[in-house]
Amino acid sequence: MKLFRFRGGVHPQSNKVLSADRAIEAMPLSERLYIPLQQHIGAPAEPRVKQGERVLKGQLLAHSQGMISAPVHAPTSGTVLAIGDFTAPHPSGLPVRTITLEPDGKDECLETAKLISPFVLEPGDIAAKVGAAGIVGMGGATFPSAVKLLRDEKRPIHTLVINGGECEPYLTCDDRLMRESPKEIADGVVIMLHALKARRALIAIEDNKPEAFSAMMKACRLIGNVDVLKVPSLYPMGSEKQMIQTLTGMEVPAGKMAMDIGVLVHNVGTAFAVHQALRNSRPLVSRIVTVSGGAISNTKNLDVPIGTLVSDLIEYCGGYKEPPARLLMGGPMMGQALPHDRVPIVKGSSGIIALTAEEIKPKHTMPCIRCGSCVSVCPCGLMPLEMAARARVNDAEGAINYGLMDCISCGSCAYACPSNIPLVQYFNYAKGLAAKEREEKSKHDKTRQLAEFRAARLEREAREKAEAAARRKAQREAKKAAEAAAVKKAEAENSEASA
Amino acid sequence: MSTGAVSHDPIAGPHTHTSRSVTMTMVLVILALSPATLFGLYIFGWPAINLLVLTLFSAWLAEIGALWLAGKPIRVFALDGSAILTGLLLALSLPPWAPWWIAVFGGIFAIVVGKHIFGGLGNNVFNPAMLARVALLISFPLEMTTWANPAPLFAAASPGFLEGIKITFIGFSEIDALSSASYLGHVKTELSQGATVTPLLEGIFQLDQALLGTRNGSLGETSALLLLAGGVLLLYKRVITWHIPGAMLLTIVLVASLMNFLSPEQYPHALFHVLAGSTLLGAFFIATDLVTSPSTKRGQILFGVGCGLLTYVIRTWGGYPEGVSFAVLIMNSVTPLIDYYIRPRIYGRTHTGAPVTYTPKKIKKQLHLEDDAS
Repeated sequence: MKLFRFRGGVHPQSNKVLSADRAIEAMPLSERLYIPLQQHIGAPAEPRVKQGERVLKGQLLAHSQGMISAPVHAPTSGTVLAIGDFTAPHPSGLPVRTITLEPDGKDECLETAKLISPFVLEPGDIAAKVGAAGIVGMGGATFPSAVKLLRDEKRPIHTLVINGGECEPYLTCDDRLMRESPKEIADGVVIMLHALKARRALIAIEDNKPEAFSAMMKACRLIGNVDVLKVPSLYPMGSEKQMIQTLTGMEVPAGKMAMDIGVLVHNVGTAFAVHQALRNSRPLVSRIVTVSGGAISNTKNLDVPIGTLVSDLIEYCGGYKEPPARLLMGGPMMGQALPHDRVPIVKGSSGIIALTAEEIKPKHTMPCIRCGSCVSVCPCGLMPLEMAARARVNDAEGAINYGLMDCISCGSCAYACPSNIPLVQYFNYAKGLAAKEREEKSKHDKTRQLAEFRAARLEREAREKAEAAARRKAQREAKKAAEAAAVKKAEAENSEASA
Repeated sequence: MSTGAVSHDPIAGPHTHTSRSVTMTMVLVILALSPATLFGLYIFGWPAINLLVLTLFSAWLAEIGALWLAGKPIRVFALDGSAILTGLLLALSLPPWAPWWIAVFGGIFAIVVGKHIFGGLGNNVFNPAMLARVALLISFPLEMTTWANPAPLFAAASPGFLEGIKITFIGFSEIDALSSASYLGHVKTELSQGATVTPLLEGIFQLDQALLGTRNGSLGETSALLLLAGGVLLLYKRVITWHIPGAMLLTIVLVASLMNFLSPEQYPHALFHVLAGSTLLGAFFIATDLVTSPSTKRGQILFGVGCGLLTYVIRTWGGYPEGVSFAVLIMNSVTPLIDYYIRPRIYGRTHTGAPVTYTPKKIKKQLHLEDDAS
């Protein structure tokens, strides 16, 4: 199949060799599991259990709120110790509502109903089951997958793309999953095809994963409408927009979604989770996490129960070889820097990377020399140097003019910048500024509207009052006139009578 | 149990970086210029060496002075290599036996007026070296148009070290060693006085001299081959791309060939224009200056075309024999305009900025839906 090229892109050192050949190991249960209620895009889940309650593995802990939300399930059997705040796995270190679970070591599963073949289910039911299993985008975006499996008659999906790109350096979780569970992934893909009534699926794998490619090829050999393809290793190939452009030559129109051009993208890990949910009635309670980086003693790919603390993972991997200069959740390009390691693994944690100073290559920031490297590497065709210059002087509108809202925050520009300018930081700041300005403008508009309504209301009341007064006056005068007329009539009658 | 505390200032990614830096870029350009520089020093002897050293020092000291006045961190910027590079480019475009005060004034002017008045590194509108060169040319036309004939360093005709000091600091009296016109200038004057191209060029334009560099001209512009080699190094190392040099050289070649075709005896051929004067130095090292050239590829092509066109026009019909410095300065002033109007196409949008649209037919085609049996 003919492939297309996307604009720009960079080639960071992949360093996947550090963990690519480590088979997936099961992470043993920790003493405590801290399960946040917000592990997905959308509204947080609402707790269904109470403090002190004993739960079984796979039991619903919190239900979803609204359509863009996801439920949370117990990764193992145990007691709910608390429902409160715990540090979120986020650079701010701010708290998030979390359920603390104390495993009882029995790992007792919840009894589930007898399994039905997913292919006799209605497509809508498949999406419902996926939603009930708490499945979200496992590539890291954590968008509720059920929403992306609902067939929309107005925007039918023709091609399902399964993203096996994993373009971030260090991360090898998807690679190992494809190598070790290709049949399960393929099954998940076929279930998804049935749910979407899509014509075919394309499993795209970067060419730096030859073993994963052959494993998936073998697993999909007999499936007619699933093709496995190699795509060039180029960051950010794993980005949905760039993946679609590479495979189809089409671009997702600005402001629209992939569905609008008949394409949908799901991660291989999501396909695996769909298989687990529909075939084994297993909700999403664990995920594969790559623990890697120059500062880790032993790199591993672990199957981790959701809620396990990062510090437990690090300990299981032999601790730090040296104090890390930076601890990341995710990859080095778009991953988030963690303030410390006492944070839980969540559904979107693809990797824990402990980097040494040499790996980060920290350098001080110099002024922009207008070299244009950022423009050359931007996969979205923006001008990062111009956007950053405007963000620096709080000109959010100017930055938007140069394409800020089309930025996917991939970090290619900041990677390539010879002056080490933290471009993505500027864009995040400008986006926040733009959101604040929008909110203020909307508030300002609302206030003005309210003032106008009030003025109109006062005017109306005054008018009504005046009308009422005029009416009363007219009534009084009419009454007076009638009285006067009556008196006159009586006088006239009297004079007539006396005459 | 590890301590786990890794705190640092919260910062967005990426948390890794290419090894390219500002200093490395400057060093690569200086490296690419070294063969032509060393050759220039060799054929023009001690006075040229003095000139280069003086220009570099003046530029560097002016940089430190300006940074101190502006209250900027001196150590970081003084060692970034940009002042040295500016000094080097300026020195390479000066007459090789120019007096010491040309070097000092030029170096200071380039750094202070050409760079720091605009705000320092990254903020200048004009190429600082060219700004200084043009300022010198207009202010001191005599010294800036007195060219030395090549006198290889250890040959008999070349001045010794002490004589070189005397020439640079006091002046020279031996008129045979000098000429008042570079050979580009000589050709222009002769043509304006009615000479025809063929016999004129036959006399003075020798291909081997032009390629190797054993002819008169400014310190660094003479050796076409060495400059070309430097340019190729920069392209290979991706410090520059082909867009500006390619556009500039191609434009000169096309326009010169066209004029030569229309009137062969009035207008010299393209090879002359490419090899004479500072065309190659300009195309690979001066017009490509990162700060003062456009940041998009299409913009760079337009910039290169403009430089090439203006160089030819000024050389042929303007008042000065050499057009590169003026052409580059004029195009530098147009760069902000080019950057404003010429932007890359944004993903998911057309050139006008509206979201792209696909007809159902196009979607079917791109997704290979006709191929399916169903």
